[in-house]
Amino acid sequence: MRKLLLVALTLLVVHAALLFAGGRGVAQSSKAGATNVGIVLDVGGRGDKSFNDGAYAGADSAARILGPNIRFIEPGEGSDREAGLRLLAAEKMNLVVGVGFIFSDDITKLANEYPRTSFACVDYALSVDDKGNVLPPPPNVAALKFREEEGSFLVGALAALVGKSKKVGFVGGMDIQLIHKFEAGYRAGVKQVCPDCEVIAQYAGVTPDAFKNPGKGKELALSQYQSGVNVIFHASGSTGLGVFEAARLMNKLAIGVDADQYDEAPGHILTSMVKGVNNTVYDVIQRVQTGTFKGGIYSFGLKEGGVGYVYDNRNKALIPDSVRARVEQLRQDIIAGRIKVPSTR
Amino acid sequence: MNPVSFLAQMVRIAIPYLFAATGGVVAERSGIISLELEGLMLVGAFSATIGTHYSGSPWIGVLCGILGGLIFGLVHALATIRYRADQVVVGIAINLLAIGVTRFFLKLAFASSSNSPRINGFGGRAAAHGFDNPLLWMGLLAAPVLAFFLYRTPFGLRVRAVGEHPGAAASVGVSVNKIRYIAVAVSGMLAALGGVFLALDQHQFTDQMTSGRGFIAVAAVIFGRWDPVKAGLACLFFAAAETLQIQLQGNHVIPSQFIEMIPYALTIIALAGLVGRAVAPAALGKAVE
Repeated sequence: MRKLLLVALTLLVVHAALLFAGGRGVAQSSKAGATNVGIVLDVGGRGDKSFNDGAYAGADSAARILGPNIRFIEPGEGSDREAGLRLLAAEKMNLVVGVGFIFSDDITKLANEYPRTSFACVDYALSVDDKGNVLPPPPNVAALKFREEEGSFLVGALAALVGKSKKVGFVGGMDIQLIHKFEAGYRAGVKQVCPDCEVIAQYAGVTPDAFKNPGKGKELALSQYQSGVNVIFHASGSTGLGVFEAARLMNKLAIGVDADQYDEAPGHILTSMVKGVNNTVYDVIQRVQTGTFKGGIYSFGLKEGGVGYVYDNRNKALIPDSVRARVEQLRQDIIAGRIKVPSTR
Repeated sequence: MNPVSFLAQMVRIAIPYLFAATGGVVAERSGIISLELEGLMLVGAFSATIGTHYSGSPWIGVLCGILGGLIFGLVHALATIRYRADQVVVGIAINLLAIGVTRFFLKLAFASSSNSPRINGFGGRAAAHGFDNPLLWMGLLAAPVLAFFLYRTPFGLRVRAVGEHPGAAASVGVSVNKIRYIAVAVSGMLAALGGVFLALDQHQFTDQMTSGRGFIAVAAVIFGRWDPVKAGLACLFFAAAETLQIQLQGNHVIPSQFIEMIPYALTIIALAGLVGRAVAPAALGKAVE
């Protein structure tokens, strides 16, 4: 029995040590008096070339330009997430940021426990009480939300116009409300320019594992491409890397998400629906630094430049000028309120 | 629905399960519980990525993947056989360890805690439906070959003997622990190949890319009643359910929650004895002096 405990304990310690090892923040030297910011990254962590890298880039430029001390934590499994947030809150950080919807409940709980600390949560999911009323976040929480449906609408129109088939595809990660937003906007965008087009929407799973299952993503995408789809938009974390792999194999197109994912499969990435995670993280750090931080819901859409799609020298060749003009017109229509983009399926 | 693409997709999805489940069968037939298949696959996937990245050859990657699985298999063997630690606890610990170790070295090697750069792989012709990948054929052959070894060779007889009645095996001069060491080592290498297939097919390692496939393999071992061929058929069956859900393309005919539940629900049904008796090797989980 003692040996068993010893073995289990050793493995556990090694596991924990490995999880937190190597996580050096950008600003290690703590300057006295400077603002302290702690950031807990989501599943995927640094190097995901997407969400987390966006948050990292925002914090990094804030550190260089504004000079706060920033500490990053990359949690492993679910329970480590709350532990990471709690660690930072207990260290009396001025601002604690959770990068991802998955932090919503933990942040709400901690914000009530640490009312003097400012919290921010990217993609904060509002909770609902028994009667279905939406509960506002605690006063010291800035809920940073993106209107992904608006960006998805534009790439949906793009997919339908460039795809030249009556079928367009969508691969989502975990089957949840947050990802349904992408699907709803995408669908509406497709229908806007091609009312008789069919949108095939599939999800990789019903657990957070669905965001890191490239094998499943590839099979989903292969079956869509084989059924006549020419363009697939993914909103599925690293599962989407499998979608790109399928696009390479079948010589078709895919649309990236969150950040410009062109490098993952050059020539096969039509565009990417980008979220300005970096700017919003930078912005919230600046607010804390200047003492203008206020809790509440912040929403970023096309109008605020919080979402958009990539159009640059690399993917220009894939997008004809007439298509570009049409999509830009749609962008103006959404900003002016002439088109209302749905956010639920 | 095109039958060719259905069958091809089913096989591609089944390959990682097939490798891992045959690995599970060898170890469990020798009396060692194998909950660590998920971790072994993950290590196999990562080692293969490292090997292929630095050598440029996927075959070197396959060898590295096998080596990684062997090392983790031996850790499992050492803890459970030499130190007689609880086999379930060690299995779970190895799964957790594999997540931490792969991420640590991923960061060390490629400065990313998410994914590796692109690596070479096998095949790659769209028209081949993945059948131009030698690993796919190896996966299909794994279960029948193992069945031959288990039931038709003296070594297989010894593996089964130490799993059923180690005392009797020892009394006729069979070294129980030596047989178990070999069985667990082979199990590590086989399960790792499941991960190797995933990584090379994806041309990349991504953090925790096995996403639960090892547990489906554990379910297949139990549902297949510790018989290589039946476990292999269970893998094909689970893969067929998944393929069906994929090919029904968002028609929501079958809720995805239901499909994800199938392997585990069937395992419970099998253990409850509703479809004949599921008899585990008699000495499963018992260490010997």
